[in-house]
Amino acid sequence: MQAIGLSFIDWIIIFIYFAFVLGIGLYLRRYTKSQEDFFLAGRKNSTWVAGLAFLSANLGALELLGMTGNTFKYGMYVAHFYWIGAIPAMLFLGIYMMPFYYSSKINSVPGYLKLRFDEKTRVLNGISFALMTLLVSGINLYAMALVLHTFLGWDWDYSMWASALTVAAYVTMSGLMSAIFTEIVQFFLIWFGLFLVSILGIIEIGSVGEIMARINAYSPQVSFTTLWSTSSNPAQNGMLIHWGGIVLGLGFVLSFGYWTTDFLVVQRAFSAKDLRSARMTPILASFFKMALPFIVILAGLIAIALSIDPKSGFKLLHDGGQANYDSALPLLIARYYPPGLVGLGVTALLAGFMAGQAGNISAFNTVWTYDIYKSVLNKKASDAHLLWMGRVSTIIGVILSLVTAYWAKGFPSIMDYMQAIFSWVNAPLFGTMLLGMFIWWITPNGAFWGLIMGMLSSFFMYLAVKFHWFSESIITMSSVQSDQAANFWRAWWAWLICVAVTVVVSLWTKKRPKEELVGLVKGLTKENHNQNIPFTKRPEFYALISLIVFILLNIWFW
Amino acid sequence: MSEQGMKPIWYFVGLILMVIGGIVFCSGIFQFFHPPAVKTTLAEIHANIWWGALMTVFGTGMYFTAKKKSK
Repeated sequence: MQAIGLSFIDWIIIFIYFAFVLGIGLYLRRYTKSQEDFFLAGRKNSTWVAGLAFLSANLGALELLGMTGNTFKYGMYVAHFYWIGAIPAMLFLGIYMMPFYYSSKINSVPGYLKLRFDEKTRVLNGISFALMTLLVSGINLYAMALVLHTFLGWDWDYSMWASALTVAAYVTMSGLMSAIFTEIVQFFLIWFGLFLVSILGIIEIGSVGEIMARINAYSPQVSFTTLWSTSSNPAQNGMLIHWGGIVLGLGFVLSFGYWTTDFLVVQRAFSAKDLRSARMTPILASFFKMALPFIVILAGLIAIALSIDPKSGFKLLHDGGQANYDSALPLLIARYYPPGLVGLGVTALLAGFMAGQAGNISAFNTVWTYDIYKSVLNKKASDAHLLWMGRVSTIIGVILSLVTAYWAKGFPSIMDYMQAIFSWVNAPLFGTMLLGMFIWWITPNGAFWGLIMGMLSSFFMYLAVKFHWFSESIITMSSVQSDQAANFWRAWWAWLICVAVTVVVSLWTKKRPKEELVGLVKGLTKENHNQNIPFTKRPEFYALISLIVFILLNIWFW
Repeated sequence: MSEQGMKPIWYFVGLILMVIGGIVFCSGIFQFFHPPAVKTTLAEIHANIWWGALMTVFGTGMYFTAKKKSK
């Protein structure tokens, strides 16, 4: 079952990486003096630092393995996660939402909900986000151990404890600052460690055109190499989805819900040194996000092209007779990488896992400390006490992640829930944020009940389909569907329910005076953040370039 | 990050790329003269030599640029 063997030189590279990230944590500790240093990296990051960290916080190894595996399963439609499923939302965050987030000097996304609505909406979101973060963090830890055990033959307990303790050590020492440092190191290691797979795949097969031609010849009826041209008929594309589900579910709700409200990524923009840098953070990240399919999607397509050629000898691993799609990337590493490069590839994956873990833990300790502990339990906590609480909650967060990881090990089916978690929490939250930021008469009670109903309805739809209370086709409005299609459509309905309930309740409940909402709602706020900045240096200019590249990529791979 | 006296992130990124790239490059040179028993696909193009060299050059450039700027 083991796919990759490690030599002595590979172990040295892995050891250097572990020593390096611990050394960074230790080095940065002397610069972590206040709670703002710990939770927001002192708000002094440049656009490049915040932008690469913003992207890397989302770029875990699970994503790399999963998306390459998903490309093997669904084809090129997976690129929608990187393009329509990310770029418009990232640009929207930078252009329209960041001025309200950044200028209100909040420490977290729930902090905005407190200013715009009230304490109960903040605490509701704080608790649901903290739970989601711990659950995702624990399942990530479990998944990492699973991958390392399956592909490298490593011991479960050793893998989980070694990485969890390393993350706990460097995040406890210097908080978000060390998380951001290691995320940027991870970004470069991933490009150097994994892009070579695509290059060598192209060299072996001949060209990108040849890869596409082989796949098309093997599957002439169902397209695995296009983005949109077969989306009007779900039966003709690998993901079995209609373009409506892609645009509304993924491109609008899931994407905007994640990229504009998930504190894990938005926290990186909050760490920027000024408003322009904060606005530029997601816009800069959008360019690198668009480039990622040249690692993951291309590797997945190479894996398909090799697997349909019997002479290549390339076959996915199988678990209990079922293909293990996540094995595509490790198998390509094993195929192409000699000793030394294998160490680099495995280090890139480890860096991805650990940076993802650190991202979750640093977001958790901030939301716990500000939005639950300081907001509910100890309103008069001093700066020094909050810094101490941040460190304590980091250790507790890691311990709870380990508990979740062992729980997941005992009940592997909870892995299935991970994909759905974002549609439970983020999709309705985006409805609340959108209405709150752009419509002044949305009330605190409207936001609170809309958010609750959106989350509950999404959770109910998930359970209803899982336990066959009703057919999935009611949600997807199609006779053919996949798990991904169901996720997209469920997110759309949860968002719609949240918006409808928020609007209806707001019509009948007490509104906040307009003067209290200045700086929090568009239309009531004087916006002059581009004063004296030439057009070519404005965030809008770079967002326009990003949008043009995004459109060209979609046309190119139509 | 512009804390007084604190080294920029690019210093650390450059350092790790330079070190790991150097190790990959050296292992590639070693394997050129002593090929491993198990051959990988495309082993004949010695990806570890040119990729390790590229990584080392990139890392070294980043490291010394960051070091110079942080002085």
